[in-house]
Parts: sequence; C-alpha cells; structure tokens
Amino acid sequence: MPGKLKAKIVAGRHLPVMDRASDLTDAFVEVKFGNTTFKTDVCPKSLNPQWNSEWFKFEVDDEDLQDEPLQITVLDHDTYSANDAIGKVYIDIDPLLYSEAASVISGWFPIYDTIHGIRGEINVIVKVELFNDLNRFRQSSCGVKFFCTTCIPQCYRATLVHGFVEELVVNEDPEYQWIDRIRTPRASNEARQRLISLMSGELQRKIGLKVLEMGGNAVVGYLQCFDLEGESGLVVRAIGTACTLDKLSSGSAPNTNTHMHPNTAPASNACNSPSKDGKEPVFVEDLPSSSGPPTPFRALPTSSSPPPFSPSKPCSRQSSSSDTDLSLTPKTGMGSGGSAGKEAGPLRTLLRQQTQTALEQREFPFFTLTSFPPGFLLHVGGVVSARSVKLLDRIHNPDEPETRDAWWEEIRQEIKSHARALGCHAVVGYSESTSICEEVCILSASGTAAILNPRYMREGCLDIGCTDHRFEEPSPPNCGFCHIPYDELNMPFPAQLTYCYHCRRQKVPDVLFTTIDLPSEAAVAGKGCLIQARLCRLKKKAQGEANATAISNLLPFMEYELHTQLMNKLKLRSMNALFGLHIQISVGENMLLGLASATGVYLTALPAPGGIQIAGKTPGDLSSEHISSIQKRINDTIAVNKELYQINPPELAEEGVGSPIPEPRHRSRLFRSHSESSDELSELDLSHGKKDAFVLEIDDTDAVEDIHSLLIDAPPPTGFYSCNTENMPGISNWTSGVQMFTSVRVLRLSNANLTNQGLNKIFTDLCENLLKSFYFKLRSMIPCCLCHLNFTVAVPEEELIQVTVTAVAMTYDKEQTQEKTAEKPVNKGSLEAEEQLQFPLELCADSSSSNIQTASKISGVGESTNMSPRAASVDYGSFADRCSTWLELLRLKAHTIRRGSVKTISSLERCSPLQEGRSRSLRSSRSFGGSSVTVVKMTPLSFLPGTRIIKYLGIINMFFIRETTSLREEGGVSGFLHSFIAEVFAMVRAHVAALGGNAVVSYSMKECVFMENPNKNQAQCLINVSGDAVICISETDQESSASTANTGQTGGSETDGAT
Amino acid sequence: MSVELDVFVGNTTIMDEEVYQLWLDGYTVNDAVKVRMEGGVMDECEASKDVLLSDTMDQYRTFQMCERLLHSPAKLANQLLFQIPPHRQIMLIERYYAFDDTFVREVLGKKLSKGTKKDLDDISAKTSVTLKSCRRQFDNFKRVFKVVEELKGPLVENIRQHFLLSDKLARDYAAIVFFANNRFETGKRKLQYLSFQDFAFCAGQLISNWTVGAVDNMVEDMDVDLDKEFLQELKELKILITDKDLLDQHKSLVCTALRGKTKVFIEMEGSFKNLSRGLINIAAKLTNTKDVRDFFIDLVEKFIEPCRSDRWSAADMKLYLTHYTNSAHILDTFKHQVVWDRYMGVVKSCIFKMYHD
Repeated sequence: MPGKLKAKIVAGRHLPVMDRASDLTDAFVEVKFGNTTFKTDVCPKSLNPQWNSEWFKFEVDDEDLQDEPLQITVLDHDTYSANDAIGKVYIDIDPLLYSEAASVISGWFPIYDTIHGIRGEINVIVKVELFNDLNRFRQSSCGVKFFCTTCIPQCYRATLVHGFVEELVVNEDPEYQWIDRIRTPRASNEARQRLISLMSGELQRKIGLKVLEMGGNAVVGYLQCFDLEGESGLVVRAIGTACTLDKLSSGSAPNTNTHMHPNTAPASNACNSPSKDGKEPVFVEDLPSSSGPPTPFRALPTSSSPPPFSPSKPCSRQSSSSDTDLSLTPKTGMGSGGSAGKEAGPLRTLLRQQTQTALEQREFPFFTLTSFPPGFLLHVGGVVSARSVKLLDRIHNPDEPETRDAWWEEIRQEIKSHARALGCHAVVGYSESTSICEEVCILSASGTAAILNPRYMREGCLDIGCTDHRFEEPSPPNCGFCHIPYDELNMPFPAQLTYCYHCRRQKVPDVLFTTIDLPSEAAVAGKGCLIQARLCRLKKKAQGEANATAISNLLPFMEYELHTQLMNKLKLRSMNALFGLHIQISVGENMLLGLASATGVYLTALPAPGGIQIAGKTPGDLSSEHISSIQKRINDTIAVNKELYQINPPELAEEGVGSPIPEPRHRSRLFRSHSESSDELSELDLSHGKKDAFVLEIDDTDAVEDIHSLLIDAPPPTGFYSCNTENMPGISNWTSGVQMFTSVRVLRLSNANLTNQGLNKIFTDLCENLLKSFYFKLRSMIPCCLCHLNFTVAVPEEELIQVTVTAVAMTYDKEQTQEKTAEKPVNKGSLEAEEQLQFPLELCADSSSSNIQTASKISGVGESTNMSPRAASVDYGSFADRCSTWLELLRLKAHTIRRGSVKTISSLERCSPLQEGRSRSLRSSRSFGGSSVTVVKMTPLSFLPGTRIIKYLGIINMFFIRETTSLREEGGVSGFLHSFIAEVFAMVRAHVAALGGNAVVSYSMKECVFMENPNKNQAQCLINVSGDAVICISETDQESSASTANTGQTGGSETDGAT
Repeated sequence: MSVELDVFVGNTTIMDEEVYQLWLDGYTVNDAVKVRMEGGVMDECEASKDVLLSDTMDQYRTFQMCERLLHSPAKLANQLLFQIPPHRQIMLIERYYAFDDTFVREVLGKKLSKGTKKDLDDISAKTSVTLKSCRRQFDNFKRVFKVVEELKGPLVENIRQHFLLSDKLARDYAAIVFFANNRFETGKRKLQYLSFQDFAFCAGQLISNWTVGAVDNMVEDMDVDLDKEFLQELKELKILITDKDLLDQHKSLVCTALRGKTKVFIEMEGSFKNLSRGLINIAAKLTNTKDVRDFFIDLVEKFIEPCRSDRWSAADMKLYLTHYTNSAHILDTFKHQVVWDRYMGVVKSCIFKMYHD
C-alpha cells in the first residue's frame, strides 16, 4: 500500500445557471480515483458554492497513482430527474510523486465540459503521502522525473547520460467502439479523454521503469505523441533521453562574473595546472581508470572526491576535484596529435572503433536532446532521416503492440545505419513522427548523425579510451563540430570539402544541415533566419496497397525537391548551415504536403556560400536578356540579405585556406531512404542528380516559376527576426517581453483541377501570409524575434490544408546587440591576453603546428609536455563563459546537503522549503493589480529571458476534446477553435498555478486535429499540449531569494530527517 | 480557394486599443478594416489588406468572448480564460462603459425599459451613433441601474466598486441612474441646450443634498430617492411669497445689496417678485412626483428664461442668487433657515451650471 492520495474540495465560482426557474444551481462534486468515488454535500442555490469538504482519502498503489488521473466531476443536483453534469477536471497526480517537484496541488481549476467548454471554476487541494517501496519487482517508477526540455534543465546538472528510451502503448479508440453508437457525444469524448490520460500515465510509468533499469533518475527531451489510427486503434508512444540528474541547490547559482575573470583568483596558480583545468572544467570526471562502477556518458563526478579547495573560495576555477586526479593520471603521451588531424588518422580510427563499440552496445545510440553541454558534441555528420509507409490494420491484442514496435524498430535501425554510413556512432536531436490518412500511415524519424566525446562513454573506453581522446584532433569548440566525421577518402556521398576556415587543420563540408540547436560555442557571422521549403504534390486517390505504393513512390521526389529548395534558399541568404531542420510530410487523400523548416546561419568555419548561377539549358532556349535579368534579381537579393542578416564574415587570408578538394559538388547532407509497406528498402542518393545545386537551369516555364517562387519569400519587416531553434543566432540580449501564441489557418481549395505548381503557390502563400500576420500582430514588440516557430501541416479533408503554428515572440535590446557584436572580438582578445594566450585567438589562428606547440607550452605550466595536445584541444577564451555554469555546478556540489534516507515523506513537510521561494515569486506576480489569478508565462523555449528557473514542478501533458453541435452560434469554425485554444491555455495555466508554478517552458502543441461538418452545424477538435511547469524568478532579485531558498532547503532536509 | 478558418491566440491576450474602439463604436469588420487602412497601420510592418482583415476578425472575436465578462467587470480580474494584464483590464472596462454624450442625452431621464430600447434605432439615426453602440450603452445603463438598485450605501461608491470604474465615470453613471429613477424630464425643446455634463452636475448636487442618503447613509436606495421629509418641509418656504411683508422685506434687502453692483439692476428689481415666486413654487410642488420630473424644465421656464430675456450675465446671476439666498437669513420672521439653505444651495448651483447658451 504505497500511497495515500488526499483531496479536498473547497469551493466553486462562476458556475453556470443549471436551473432556469431559479437562475441558480444546486451543485455537488464527485471525486473519483480508480474505482473509488466520494461525494460532497449539495450546496443549494448558489453559483459560488462553498463546499469546504472533508479530506477524501484514497489508499492506492503507486502504479495507479502514476497511471490514473484524479477525476473531479461537478454536478447539478436534481431531485426528480438525473443529475446534470456541469463539467469535469482531470488532475494529473504525477508531479506529486517525486520529491523535488511540487508538494501540493492547490488552486482554481476551470471546470471543463467537452460540449460547453469552460463552465466556472473549482478550488481543489490535492496531496499525496508516499511510502517508500523497496520491492525490486515493482511496476511503478515513482520518482523518475520527466522533462520536455531538450537540453539539460537549468537547475540540474547531468552526471550521466544513459541514452535512448522508448515505449508505446495501444488501445482501441473509444470513438470507434460499438458502444459509441448509443452513447452521447459527451460520454464518448470523456471516455476518450480518460483513456488517453490513462495511457499516457501508463506510458510514462513504463518509460520510468526502463530509466530505473538503466540506473537513471530522469528523462529529458521527453516527446510523447498520439496516433489516432481511427478504426485500427489508438497509439500513444514516447521517446526520450534517460539521464541521471543532480539537483543544484538554488543558493549556488552560476555566477558568470566569476568566470569572466578567472585569473583574478589568487589561488589559481597555486594549483598544479590552472590553465588546463580552465580549459577542461566540463570534463572533470573521476579518474577514468578508477575502479568505480562503469558509468555511461560521465560528465561530472558523481562521487565526491575530497575537493582540494576550501568552499570559502568559491570563485577559484581550479575548484574542480578532478584536477588532482587528472594530474595523477598516467598519461600515455604519444606523439603530438595536436599538430594536425591528418597525422592522427590511425589513432582516430582506433578511437572511433572504441567509441563505436561503446555505443553499439546500446540498442539505439540516439539522443532526443538538441543542445548539449559544451564539449559533448565532437563532430556533426549531417541529417539522417528515414520514412516508411505502412498500411494500418486493427490492433488485435493491445497488450502486445508488436507490429507498431516492429515498425519503429525498423526505422530506428535504418537511422542507425545511416549514421554509421556518415562515420558517426550516435544520433542527436532525434525525433519521430507520423502522418495518417485513412489506413495509410507514414512513419518518419530524423536526427543528426554525430560523434560524441568519448570521455562521456561508459564501456570500452574506460582507461585507454579516455587517454586516447587526447589524440583526437584538437578541435576548438567553435569549429570542431563542423569537422567531418567521415573519412574523406571513403565518403558516403560526394561532398566538396575544404579546410576549416577557423583552425585550417580539419576538413569541413561546404554546407551543414542538422536537426539540433546551434551549439552555443559555435562561431557565427551575423544573424540567423527562418528558412522554409514548401511543397505540394497531387496524387491519385487510391485504396490500400496501391495507395501506399503511390505515396512511397512520391516521397523521394518530395524529399529531393524540399532539399533543393532549402539549399537554394540558404544560398540566397548567403548562409551555409541549417539548424533545427524539421521536415514534415503530411498525407491527404489526394495530395502530399511537405514542409521543411530550419534556421539558416553563417558558420564562419565553413566556406562562404557561392552565389546562384542561372543558366539556360541551351543558349537559344530563352533570351539571354531574360536570364540575366533573373540573375540580377538573384544577386540583388543575396546582397540585400547579406545586409539584412549582417553577414560580414571575417576576412580570411587566402593562402591559409586549402583549395577545395576536387570532388563532385556536394549537394546533399541529407541521407534518407524509404521503405514501403512491403519493407523493401530503396536507397536514393540525392546527390546523384545531374544538375548542380547552385546552377539553376531554366529549361522550361516550370523552372521559371520555381525561381520566382524562390524570390517570393519576403524578408521579415524591419525590427523582426525569426528562427525555429532555441537560440536565435546573433541575438542574446533578450529583454523581458514574451508572447507565446498559437495560430491555426485552414484553407479550402475550391478549384478542383489544380496543378502541382498552383498548389505550391497556394501553400507557399499560406505560410508566408501567416508569417506576415504574426509580424503585424506583434508589431508593438519591435525589436523582437519570433523564436521556435513551429509549423505543422495537415490535410484534414480532401480539399483542406491546415497549418498550425506555435511560437514565441521575444523582445531584445537593439542597442546592446550592436554594441556587443562590435565589442566581442575585442573583449575576447583582451581576455585571452590576460590568460597568457593559451591559445591563439581563433579569428587569426594560424594553422601551423609550431604555433600550437608554443601555445601549449605556455599553457602546460607545471605539467609535462605530453599534456600539450590536450591543452591545445580547447580554446579557453571562448570556452570560459560557456563552461561557467558547469564549473559553478561543480562548486555547488560541495555545498549540496545530502539527504538521509527517509522512510515516509510527507508532502506537507516537503513543501516547506520551497513554499517560501514560491510564495515570494507568486506574491510578486499577484501584486499586479490585486487580481487573484497568478500570471503564468508560457514559452516553447527552455528558458524565459531575464529569469532563472529555480524549480521544475513536473511535466504538463494534457489532452482535450471539444465538440459542438451549434457551430454557427459559437461564431463558426474560427470562433469555435479560438475559444477552444484559449480554454486550453487557461487550463494549462491553471494547472501550473495550482502546482505553485508561474511559467511553462518547452511548451508545445503536439496535436491539433480539427474536424467540421458545417452542414450539420457540428465541429470537433482534439488538442494535445505538453510542457514543463516551473517556478522562475527574475534574475534581478535572484540573490535574495536564492539565499532564502537555500536556507529553506537546509531546514527542509532536517525536517525530513526527523520524520 | 478560401480561408476556412483563421485564428490567432496569444497566451497574453493581444488587444489593439484602436480596434477595440472601433468594435465598441459598432463598426462592422469590413468598415473597421477600411478605417484602419485609412489610419495608415498598413505602412507599419508592410501589412496587406488580408493581414488587416485577419487581425481585425481575431480581435473582434476576442472582444466578443470578453464581452460576457465585461458585464460583471469583477469577474474579469479572477477569470482564467484570458490572461490580460491589469492595466489592460482597466482600459477594457473603462472603455466598455464609456458612452457618447449625445446618446446619453437622448435617454437621460427615460425609463430604462424595453420600450425605450425599441426606440434606439431612432436615436441611432438622430445621433449618428451606430445602433450596436447604442444598444451596448443602453444595456450598460440598464445593468448598472439593476445592480445598484438593490445595494445599500453611497451610489457612486457602489458603482465604482461593482463595476471597477473610474471616479468620473462612476459619477456619470450615478447621474444616469438617478435621472432614470426619478424620471426627470430632459427631452423638452427648452432643455435641448443643456449638455449631459450639465445634468450630471445637477444630479450630483441633488444626490449629495436632497436624497435620503444626505442625512442617513445606511438605507436602501439612499442616493436614488429624494428625501420625502425634506420635500414636505419645502412647503414651509411658501411663507416667503405668501406673507407680503416678508416678500417686500426680502426684496428690499436684496435690492440694497445689489444696487450699484450690476448693469441690470432695474430689471432685477422689477422681476424680483416673479422670480422669487417661481423658485418657491417649484420648491413647494416637489412633493408631487410629476412636478419632480419637471424640476429642470421649471427652473428654465420660471427662472432662467426670464433672466436671459433681461440679458443678465452669468456674473449677474451669481450675484443675484447669492444675495437672494443670504438675505433670507436676515429676515426675523423667517424660521426655516435649514430647509432654505438645503434647497437654495442646490438650486443655486444648478442654475449657475444651467445658465449658458
């Protein structure tokens, strides 16, 4: 009996009038959990009832606690007829099940009815008393934390990254059960909502179990999706990255200032190698050779080796405990691998093999994270993706979802093999999606092939591997990830390689496509921008196998065209890399829609993009005048864009740059393939097209159209920037203005005989007009950037195209940007001078090895020279601020108070420490006009500018259905959806506020399925949203509250110990 | 090809004050788009007409959804559906309850009933305020009237607290409620020259001096109903015109004080008895509900018009009424000083306010 759930119904307000005669309501409440139901008294004749009920207690298994939601139903008592339901509230108990998250759920919840929407509010208090269950065969996974955030959450540090976890559960969709014919729409919707809630609970529990098995305690980058397969059932699936996270006490907030001037700490030279550990603070780790248990992806020490510093000097950067350890490490210093990567070839191969084996032991070396601690990511190969077209069949046995599992397994294997072909052993920024139309389903997976730092590996590289990494080519963090991971003599596809424009020692491709966020250490020129490729393809209506075949035949062409469009648009903006690439292909009855979104950026490590050449196929085809006019327009656009995005790459000394390797021009970094339902795998090498990507041939009118459409994309108006990633390249000085929004547009194609070209135009206009609308609506926020623009397309019906966008607009300080960009190089230079030039400034770096040797000699103070390659491997100057957090975390660790084992944790007591911090933050938001409603900010990003997250309260994962039979009366489809989206926002905010939070980060609307039948005056919509509920405090008052929270924590642990 | 559905929902509800005003003024979406285009918003952000249309539709929908909440503004602060910053909430409420002086002038003193509501289209045509806006304003009056009708305590304060309005707007509503409750006649041709603000001022005077609330502030309807006892007592003032000695004495006192201080002294002297009779007859008749309704028309007919035809200046008027009021205190046989002050204080300030072109 591992848990006791307690709920108390306090009051209601703004209830609807249920009794026409009296204009009042006789409300009472049913509280249900599992199979137990309690009822409150009837509160007669009131629209603002005060029940003030007793505590309803449910004694339940923690398994149930994880799976079941608490269901609260508000009803109107009727003496003579059946009681009328007013509405329901589902409360997910999960955030109460792990000790660091929320301790009590208390607040006003909107009472929701699937037919009428929100009908008043109810005040509820929920608590859980958990008893520790040491049964190792238990089925629950209470205590595993879930995060939607795709980076390491702000107030945690990752001690271990275990890797990929996935799970799926299937069930029959209640909407398609026979009983649905006789029950009311309300009953059917509620059955569905409840089932999905149960299934997500179960899924989360199962994933949690897997994480516990792996030895982790958290899932980061948790991505849960629904596949509404109609007749064949309902699939809920999720993927994530299992980690072991350590909570940082909030008192020891990373203080960047400390790290800006590390050398001011007098003690730094006293330590045996300050320079080295300055460079490597992130990688501080237990001795790789230590006999401790093998730990995967070790990033920071888990065991607390006695720190060679006193906590009273927290600012000294040598405070890492590993420092001493490292100096003791037997160094197998062989050769100077630092001089040139080429020479280290054999060693690299060896190393790679080792890492590879380490990762191969994992079934899938995938990571759903999109941004990583500095140093984690060594090289990026490019995007890998796989799609497969399947025919859905009824899921006969929900307990054995083998077919669905097998389908995904297959896709993942394919991804894995693509990654290997790119010479990579891991896939980062990994995601999966589906598109379903009738019985056809396209499964897609994509990610970025990458090589991760072997120091983070567990098996296979313990001792030697870790020493070996020093022979890894020195890769300065700001360009290292661009260096090709594959063997240039044995390239998986033809590519144009040059020497890195930064270090001049490694080969880099001419363009780089990735699905991850721009690494924070990457050197970038100018600003980034959103780049989209849009495509429509008509297809014949067909059934079953024939339909699936038709679709899978179309897919390669769509991918090819999307890719070409992306490449051309990238060139047109004078950029050379794409981040956050997301390609969605959506299937409808008579067409396929493709939408690729990414953030373009100019990486200074990569060669400058060439322009776009226009050529007629044969000289006589089109007048050369026409061609030259188009050419001129293109050149002008490129020039304008360069100006717009402030792309002024540093001038390069030509002689330093290796001449391009004569190789067929590279066209594609995208490695993809399809398999159709027959499981036949067809490979198509996109780069084998005979046209050159950068020479556009005008051979017919279609081509002219294409070029025109290329030029259609209007740049955002002055004062606006846009991107679809977490960070906007080139902007970092955010001010506090944040506006998250969701926009949905559905277009009806009335013209029956449309061509592909016509459709493309319509689709492109739809997306462009949406963007224009955003700019206009948000004009009061200028200067501002639309971040994390997430477009989803769907073909809900034969002639409808639906585009759903969720994004956040954030204001920034324009003045500061300019100042910053101007001063940055200077700052860097001076900083490095202070640091005795451990590594030459990357901008003027010379590739000669002698230079490096000198540098390393300087750096290797008190260290044997065999350290030099290592010293050279990290550029301190640019690195310092990045790793500040990590260093700080380390330092904090020393302060962390370890809790003793506690048998019973009462949630009440647990809440005490942070209650304080919370009430502070809430009070500040409440003081806002004396309104009783907490302001809850929402953002799809993992952070809120100007604030620091002090606590993650748990995952928000909500599913709602709304239906109407009076569409016209509710303002038509737009009115209906508008109020539904507003209601969903309101319910998310209410849940977050009840958990004690004031913000939702990593928010996303994963599903927005809209169906209408205007003739019957009906419509239905399903929405699924998720995010992380957090408490964040403004950075300006963090000092004070941090200290409060800190003392609170100490007190808290004492209380815990006493129990 | 047509846009079937188009919505934009922000976590913080986005509202453009300009569009809100257009909505309040009863513009249709298309008209609002036209107005906005002429206003030049298109130049900001390179917007097109479609963008403007979509934005206007979104905002109109938002306002429509908010309207329900605006009917009981207290709900706006603790509702969960829209996240609206407090200063915006205040703006929304204040503007929603704002009204056109030309419109309110038409319905001032009328019964806030269905019958009046049916006449709104005429009023709309007359005032060129759109029918939609007329309806909103009328419903606001009615709503405020209904709520405060049953509340105890000071009228202005009740309105302010219940509808979260600014002091100025709450006072105006108090005037409207007061006029509607007592059904004061304001529509006659002779009263047309008076603005709503003139009446609102007078209402304020009446509320703070002549109602039950002026003496006892804890009774129901204290600020809407006139103090019956006081109205009875007013009858006693008749002595000032029925007693010939008193009348003459009063006249000579006033004339002595005025002599040499005004250019229209002759006219003042000549019309003293008429004017005095006029004012005191008004006072004496106020026990009849019918005569209460005619209070303002009587003031104009019996006092303001005669003075105006004699070309008194506003200063003359002030001088005259001051001395007229004060001189009564010197009359030995006149015992009703308190009632006199309570009556004349209000009448004096009302006439000052109403004495203009």
